[in-house]
Amino acid sequence: MTKQENNDWSVPIFNKMIDAGVTLFPYIPDAGVSRIIELAEAHNEARAVLLTTEEEGVAICAGADLVGKRGVLCMQSSGVGNCPNFLSLVNGGRFPILMIISMRGDYGEQNPWQYPMGQAVEPILKTMGVLIFRVDSEDDLDTATTAALKASAKGGQAAAIILTQKFLGAKAF
Amino acid sequence: MTETTLDRRDLLTHLFADPDGHLFISGLAGAARDAAALTGDGDNLFTMAGTMGAAVSMGLGVALSAPEKPVAVITGDGEVLMNIGSLATVATIAPSNLSIVCINNGRHGETGGQAGHTSGLADLEMIARGMGIASTMTISNPDQLAEAAAFLADAPSPRFLVVSVTDGPPTTYKRNMDPAACRLRFRDAYLGATQ
Repeated sequence: MTKQENNDWSVPIFNKMIDAGVTLFPYIPDAGVSRIIELAEAHNEARAVLLTTEEEGVAICAGADLVGKRGVLCMQSSGVGNCPNFLSLVNGGRFPILMIISMRGDYGEQNPWQYPMGQAVEPILKTMGVLIFRVDSEDDLDTATTAALKASAKGGQAAAIILTQKFLGAKAF
Repeated sequence: MTETTLDRRDLLTHLFADPDGHLFISGLAGAARDAAALTGDGDNLFTMAGTMGAAVSMGLGVALSAPEKPVAVITGDGEVLMNIGSLATVATIAPSNLSIVCINNGRHGETGGQAGHTSGLADLEMIARGMGIASTMTISNPDQLAEAAAFLADAPSPRFLVVSVTDGPPTTYKRNMDPAACRLRFRDAYLGATQ
């Protein structure tokens, strides 16, 4: 990490999620979302759910929605590649699930293995009907989070907050 | 696979004496038909007709979000194997109200009955135990149905029941296949009942 060493930005985004009634935080560990998961583990009304593959989180969030609750799937961009078939639930069933995605394979990436999936994140999400709200700087964070929560709660849309490497800082390997 | 004499069409009514008291999530294909027949395609059931592998995870999301209600996932051997890691997730998070019923015919029934891994060496109950689910059971004949129903009612959650069935067709039941309509139907019934 070259920037956002302590992920302090995670506190306001997490608080906004809690205020909006998000209770489930299914996740696959990643540096970019790690602080959000720590906050969820420490919060009385939140539940962090460790997954084995990200697609589980799509279905868990859809299940929460069936009984009027909200979840947010927290993952690295690679995990988006594990999700498309389960996003049929989102697209066909109009499940307004939420995602927080920490990017690899974009701005400043140095690991060539990360380029293909990183570059495919937005096309996959758009194809499967998930709205995208990018965070390129700290100034974008509040606006993007608010937009994603509103699109989900008021618009019935699945929505992803994408934390880019311009915001997070590129890993130096 | 264990020699079995159980017909899947005469199964779920014996396992769930009070279907109205449960929330059900089913996977695709035969599991969905059997679950729809059990509930009359009721508003306490969400069935899938795609997204193979999603049923256990969706049931977990429901169970964690509606802890006051018993939740049951009706699924098949092929679907469980497709998202086998979800059993580890269930075991670790250990919801207090989740049962998984896996109807194991050892076949991919929807696509022509091709042999699946459980018709050979794969043992789903051992896998579930290995993932950390302590309450597991396998049945293969009608004499065990009452014991299996008691297991689903009384064993500590999460529970994983494998029902080895004969290689026959599922129930014929025409259910609503519109996922958006089924989502709203389920939500409206649940939220209406809890408000």
